[in-house]
Amino acid sequence: MLKAKVTVTLKKSILDPQGSAVEKALKSMGYPVDEVRIGKYMEVTLPEAARGNATEMMHEICRKLLSNPVIEDYRFELEDKE
Amino acid sequence: MNIGIVRFPGSNCEVDVWEAWKVLGQVPKMLWHQETSVRGYDLIVLPGGFSYGDYLRTGAIARFSPIMEDVIRFAKEGGMVLGICNGFQILTECGLLPGALLRNRDLHFLCQPQYLRAERTDLAFTSLYQKGEVIQIPINHGEGNYAIDDAGLKELEENGQVVFRYVDASGEVNEAGNPNGSRHNIAGIVNREGNVLGMMPHPERVVEEIVGGTDGQRLFLSLVQAWERRMQYGA
Repeated sequence: MLKAKVTVTLKKSILDPQGSAVEKALKSMGYPVDEVRIGKYMEVTLPEAARGNATEMMHEICRKLLSNPVIEDYRFELEDKE
Repeated sequence: MNIGIVRFPGSNCEVDVWEAWKVLGQVPKMLWHQETSVRGYDLIVLPGGFSYGDYLRTGAIARFSPIMEDVIRFAKEGGMVLGICNGFQILTECGLLPGALLRNRDLHFLCQPQYLRAERTDLAFTSLYQKGEVIQIPINHGEGNYAIDDAGLKELEENGQVVFRYVDASGEVNEAGNPNGSRHNIAGIVNREGNVLGMMPHPERVVEEIVGGTDGQRLFLSLVQAWERRMQYGA
């Protein structure tokens, strides 16, 4: 089996009010942080039969549903799952 | 007039929309998200709520429900579609309207009366409003912050696709009148063809004095008038 680890983040040009709130909290706790951006992490398990075109399929899944290309970027890694 | 209101799992304003139409003399039908055809309807309304629990992103999963495939076909063939709140979010997710709705600027869920300015009154949705008129329609959302890139925003403005803008009580477009951080105070937009309208405020909640206002009435009545004209002149 294969596991796709997908990370979806807001595009740089999009304000992230959640990230800003967390950033302010960290600063008020005294940590020297520059910026916090909040994203999503997803794991998609694929059957062995999908190995051949897994990369292509994951791009399609990410574009169609897991991310909204208008506001978000995505990236993923594929790894073997025991 | 045949009006269909799509009910997704998690919709919660569909009965309000139905009731608003009833007050104004129409009896819409409820359509379940599993249905596959909207043929024969004059107007499809996508109501507010939290379709599919807003999982992943607002409207992201509803957009792939069986009925939406036919709603998209219907819209592309010129059918009238009105998306309110979550309905607006679904319309942006499926690409019938540009942009996206993000978390409100201050992260708060907002449920309050809101001043809007009618920017377009030459549409089937808004012909009974006066251009520049300030109306009050409530908002009720956590993710209504309209986002679009600079090129998209320029295109929207140049094509006059902004139908409603958030304003202060005097009708000025400014930060004070912008509840959620939307770009250019955008509260509602229409597609270039003029048959798909998405808006965050809830016109169905202000159609009777007894519920605190009637500024939403004319949106529904404009649609009826446009439909009557179409029947009469076949336009």
